[in-house]
Amino acid sequence: MSILIDKNSRVIVQGITGRDGAFHAASMREYGTNVVGGTSPGKGGQFVNGIPVFDSVEKAVRETGADTSILFVPARFAADAICEASDGGIELVVAVSEGVPTLDVIKSIKFMESGGTKLIGPNSPGLISPGKAKVGILPGNIFKEGTVGLISRSGTLTYEVINELTRSGFGQSTCIGIGGDPVVGLHYIELLTMFENDPQTEAVVLIGEIGGDAEEKAAEFIEKSMTKPVAAFIAGRTAPPGKRMGHAGAIISSGSGTAAEKIEAFERVGVPVAKEPEEIPKLIGVKL
Amino acid sequence: MVALFIGLNVSRTAFSKSVYHLSIEYKSIGKESAKKMKIHEYQAKEIFKFFGIPIPGNTVCATVEEVVEAYRSSNGLIAIKAQVLVGGRGKAGGVKLAKNIDEARDAAEAIFGMQIKGLTVEKVLVYNALDIDKEFYIGLTNDRNTKSVMLMVSAEGGIEIEQVAKKSPEKIIKFSIDPRFGLMDFQARNIALKLFGDIKIARKGAEILKKLYRCYVDMDSSLTEINPLVLTSEGELVALDAKMNFDDNALYRHPDIEALREVTPDEEEEIEAKRKGLSFIKLDGEIGCMVNGAGLAMATMDLIKLYGGNPANFLDIGGSSNPEKIVEAMRILLSDDNVKVVMINIFGGITRCDDVARGLLEALKRISITVPIVIRLTGTNAKEGKEILAGSDLINVDSMGEAARKAISLV
Repeated sequence: MSILIDKNSRVIVQGITGRDGAFHAASMREYGTNVVGGTSPGKGGQFVNGIPVFDSVEKAVRETGADTSILFVPARFAADAICEASDGGIELVVAVSEGVPTLDVIKSIKFMESGGTKLIGPNSPGLISPGKAKVGILPGNIFKEGTVGLISRSGTLTYEVINELTRSGFGQSTCIGIGGDPVVGLHYIELLTMFENDPQTEAVVLIGEIGGDAEEKAAEFIEKSMTKPVAAFIAGRTAPPGKRMGHAGAIISSGSGTAAEKIEAFERVGVPVAKEPEEIPKLIGVKL
Repeated sequence: MVALFIGLNVSRTAFSKSVYHLSIEYKSIGKESAKKMKIHEYQAKEIFKFFGIPIPGNTVCATVEEVVEAYRSSNGLIAIKAQVLVGGRGKAGGVKLAKNIDEARDAAEAIFGMQIKGLTVEKVLVYNALDIDKEFYIGLTNDRNTKSVMLMVSAEGGIEIEQVAKKSPEKIIKFSIDPRFGLMDFQARNIALKLFGDIKIARKGAEILKKLYRCYVDMDSSLTEINPLVLTSEGELVALDAKMNFDDNALYRHPDIEALREVTPDEEEEIEAKRKGLSFIKLDGEIGCMVNGAGLAMATMDLIKLYGGNPANFLDIGGSSNPEKIVEAMRILLSDDNVKVVMINIFGGITRCDDVARGLLEALKRISITVPIVIRLTGTNAKEGKEILAGSDLINVDSMGEAARKAISLV
């Protein structure tokens, strides 16, 4: 099992002819992902590292049977690319692009919802089901197949935690970077639900950061609806209020969204919160 | 009630909390999430005017004489408001009323040059004071949870809005707007009816709600607030205050707004860094940090603190692999005299460790570096990166914890 992606996922890369698109298309295929094509308007008929390029998502889906797409297009074209993927029949869209205007994201999410498409991101490193498929920019070699599910608002911090998990012998079922923007597609609660229902997953690690109240809402959900153990880590304990820490989502405003509030919300419902990434495997070890 | 109120009626002020927009800080309850560019009240009011939202006069003055002139062409009672990009103007004494020329002059002299939270008042906004029956709150922001535009309105507008939000949230009506359809006529009308009660006023209110929504969306705002929207004794609705913040990611569509950007001295470095694709925030510790990714950068700062050190900054070099960026990052880090040691924590993903290493070698060549540098390179092309750095003076470590401990020991 695993969630969202596996060996059977048929993946296209939107923006495959760009530097990042081409590099990561190759890297994903090397990992074992079934990359069936790419798109770049005006470059249909070409090949990038042997991968066929199409002018539109619609055509790519028709010719390759793709069900998953990852986009490496500039921020100002990202929302349009998300909508094109949804309209073209893609079931899961992964948006790596950083700096997409929030209103554009909101519009594209509403557009997708009517078509039933799921979105990861934007500003996401993507996701990976170790040993099966990678749809993103995550360094595949640090992952190991196993039973821990992971959801994170961050990119590189996720790698850090994965590294610790793998080193301690805890493999992963699926790891998802949901994206660092204030408004993103799938969030903690949807993904926790999927992990709860996934036979391969035995425990979940949640990596949050300052800003918003999604962690507090996740804590409520865990208390009510999760039977599988969850451990957490929150970045930004020492962040000064009112400053955006790189991620648009990571800002403490109006006296809420602090790390302390989030940690308290988790601890109140019995979710242990690690003080440093190294501590996470220990917390998971106790729970399993 | 007198339509144009002449003279400061203190007893009335005491009797009704909704009198004049006087020395009070109208706080925001809009919880904004995206990075925001702020503009002045008078600039926001110009935008409101463009969208047809009623505002009182909007005379901007830069000298005492201009304020006196503005008084002469007024109705006899004016409000003078300091224009600075921080809250707390009222509390600091930056908002005053004047009912004659002498008062106008005194108020202007007091306000110009005043320091409000470190900013000097250079401009004031002058308008005719209105006779107010009631104050309302209207706000729009992007909502993470409903993934929509959130309209918030309250009949308890004014100074107490933050308290209202905290203590009696039921007094704030929230309505989530689907941007595909916008705020529809019937929705605006129904919300306005709940807010204003009287259908005649509600019709005017609905128009304002629709215009404000249009303004919010068209301008790519991330927070737009009117607090208070006042009902005058003549039955008119007027936006007495105006607040607009903008989504930085959308400013490329609004060069006219970008042109209004005023950089406060402590933001200069951050803006300069941003221009170079770096995300930088200065703090007051001794350990200069360079990290790829915001989450990891925050976790690195947290770890330094946890082990007893103090980070000098937050610096996220982002997800690209341009060696030139690394040179710039080093330059910014070392421009801070407090920095006694540099800690570099890179977990390669889209960032390749060999590119970072090349950038560092280039930085070592171009900048004179006298502080020790602790570096941890792992992830994409880490092996190549380490090879490139072999033979340099950098202190290579394998984990983030080790890097933090080493850096702290070198302070």
